[in-house]
Amino acid sequence: MTDATIPAGASPQAKDSLLVPDARTRKRNASEARFRAYGLGAIVIAVIMLLILLFTIITDGIGAFRQTYLTIPVTLDAQQLDPSGNRDPEDLKKILTLTYGNMLNGAVEGVIAESGIQVADLTEKDVNDLISKEAAAQLRNRVLANPELIGQTVESRVLVNGRVDGYYKGRVSMASAALDGNTSPQQLQLADALKDAGLLATRWNWAFLSNPDASDQRPEAAGVGIAILGSLYMMLVVLFLAVPIGVAASIYLEEFATKNRLTDIIEVNISNLAAVPSIVFGILGLAVFINFSGLPQSAPIVGGLVLTLMTLPTIIIATRASLKAVPPSIRDAALGVGASKMQSVFHHVLPLALPGILTGTIIGLAQALGETAPLLLIGMVAFVKNFPSAPPEGLFDPASALPVQVYNWTQRADPAFIERASGAIIVLLVFLLCMNLLAIYLRRKFERRW
Amino acid sequence: MNDMRILERSVDQTDAKISAKDVQVYYGDKQAIKDVNVDILDKTVTAFIGPSGCGKSTFLRCINRMNDTIDVARIEGSIKLDGEDVYDKRVDPVQLRARVGMVFQKPNPFPKSIYDNVSYGPRIHGLARNKAELDEIVEKSLRGAALWNEVKDRLQEPGTGLSGGQQQRLCIARAVATQPEVLLMDEPCSALDPIATGQVEELIDQLRSEFSVVIVTHSMQQAARVSQKTAFFHLGYLVEYGDTDDIFTNPRDPRTESYISGRIG
Ligand SMILES: Nc1ncnc2c1ncn2[C@@H]1O[C@H](COP(=O)(O)OP(=O)(O)OP(=O)(O)O)[C@@H](O)[C@H]1O
Ligand SMILES: [Mg+2]
Repeated sequence: MTDATIPAGASPQAKDSLLVPDARTRKRNASEARFRAYGLGAIVIAVIMLLILLFTIITDGIGAFRQTYLTIPVTLDAQQLDPSGNRDPEDLKKILTLTYGNMLNGAVEGVIAESGIQVADLTEKDVNDLISKEAAAQLRNRVLANPELIGQTVESRVLVNGRVDGYYKGRVSMASAALDGNTSPQQLQLADALKDAGLLATRWNWAFLSNPDASDQRPEAAGVGIAILGSLYMMLVVLFLAVPIGVAASIYLEEFATKNRLTDIIEVNISNLAAVPSIVFGILGLAVFINFSGLPQSAPIVGGLVLTLMTLPTIIIATRASLKAVPPSIRDAALGVGASKMQSVFHHVLPLALPGILTGTIIGLAQALGETAPLLLIGMVAFVKNFPSAPPEGLFDPASALPVQVYNWTQRADPAFIERASGAIIVLLVFLLCMNLLAIYLRRKFERRW
Repeated sequence: MNDMRILERSVDQTDAKISAKDVQVYYGDKQAIKDVNVDILDKTVTAFIGPSGCGKSTFLRCINRMNDTIDVARIEGSIKLDGEDVYDKRVDPVQLRARVGMVFQKPNPFPKSIYDNVSYGPRIHGLARNKAELDEIVEKSLRGAALWNEVKDRLQEPGTGLSGGQQQRLCIARAVATQPEVLLMDEPCSALDPIATGQVEELIDQLRSEFSVVIVTHSMQQAARVSQKTAFFHLGYLVEYGDTDDIFTNPRDPRTESYISGRIG
């Protein structure tokens, strides 16, 4: 074809100048330039998508890390809180949240009067509802943990309700408050006045990371503490089960098992297992671990077991791939000096495969960390208010998990929970980022041995 | 026919360290070694020569059962080490390989330090009682492989950071360090310069006083220099086996003659 295009008279000796690219070169360069443009385009699209995602999550969720508090002195009247006067913890527990609530209301009214705040048409309800319904319970817990506070006047940082908090985060306006049964423009004006008096401020909110979930009416108190703990416990279970089992299985399959039909079938099935939808593992977990084995619902141990099943194929595939990548000459070298199979694997092959195994394992764990569907089926979606105890017993206590908490909060009506859900996503992303950084670090560290 | 009788007579000789009888090796359906009978003597250097792909490495790897690691490889016949069949079911190949060391065709140091490369064998076989003894073995082996002067100041650096020829000598040192009875060397000098080659040949000559050495080489001169016995392989057959001097001065088979005079190869 090319021959045909050569002009009949052209002599084969005639040489073109190197300074002028010929037609073939121009064509080749053009196609290379086009390919580079496609690649660049793909990357730009991917980066834009990622930025949009991160931008929306961060703008929605950053608010969860800031919270509006009222700082007021509260007089913990010994008469009311400890009528018997002996500071007996059992007696102190008999005093209900209601008493503390009244005490807080009194304190709020006190500061309003003291700082001479005047708001037209301010009702009693506006004042009492300014602070969160959770505030009284938090004060009670503080006193129960610290009975010597009774009888003193303590500076307390009190949560304000979700609407007022939303007002300072731009979620609520005077106009929307006028239509809202849960707040009123007067209440917001009161908050503004308190803010001017330096008593009310929106500040950094560590409590989001440590608080348990809260009920529908108290978004301002909700946190991811139990969810983080539950996810952590599940990761522990996965780490202690999936890693040893997965690595041992891969070493056996790759280095010791004779290659025959049976091992072929096993290999195909492991690859298939990696593609099974996660919800199927949830059904399996429900049937086997809860209904058959009788393990408790909502427990990290069950979640961990289900996630172990899900993670195993990932770990096995990654481990086998990195074992395969070790040059056979290394095995020969070890066997050649009289090392046994096992010595050659553990002294030489495994150290070389380690970076790959670690990366695969961490990616598997990261996948498990973000998994939601199977956890819904085994009841990890339940509302949990009490922290699980320390492992190993804590593995059997009810807990939540980060991705499930996100799902859970997006189901709730109050828009404040959208902020919480995005905040939980940020926490989840930070964890994933840390795990991936760890994977990169370990990879670098162990690869230097080559 | 005449050859066969000579071979059979030599089988009866008692100083045969390794004695192969009717060895056939198959890779799947393909036969790589055909009817090989050979006696390798103790305290002797035996050279395997022959054109590329004729089965020298294959046969060498049969002697210490390295072919066990190749799934498709199958071997028939018997190979005896000191009168014991190495393919007997009761033989543990790991124990065999500790006695029959090997230097591979391609240098394959462990991706560990030079010191660890050489000390690995002695360590797993418990040849040294303490660190001092181990140090001594390492130094002696590296000196033997003509590498000591180049690496004595950087024993803790990775063996993979050495040049190709240095890596090959490191592998020789590693094989020598386990103190085998037989040392199988597959083209140990293919990546070496003439000086290092000379040093390795010197080492081989020293080793002869204690071990039996089998060396595969593509260099006729090297075979003539270091070996006492030479085996010529061609297309999987052992064509001729005898004293090195005889083979080079007075080859009996026309194929041997044309190979050593450079007409096939
Ligand atoms: N692992 C293997 N699988 C299949 N066939 C093999 C394998 N190793 C070697 N062979 C075949 O066996 C024959 C002999 O190979 P071998 O490596 O023993 O040759 P050689 O004499 O050592 O050659 P060279 O001098 O090039 O190293 C060759 O035809 C080769 O293709
Ligand atoms: Mg070879």
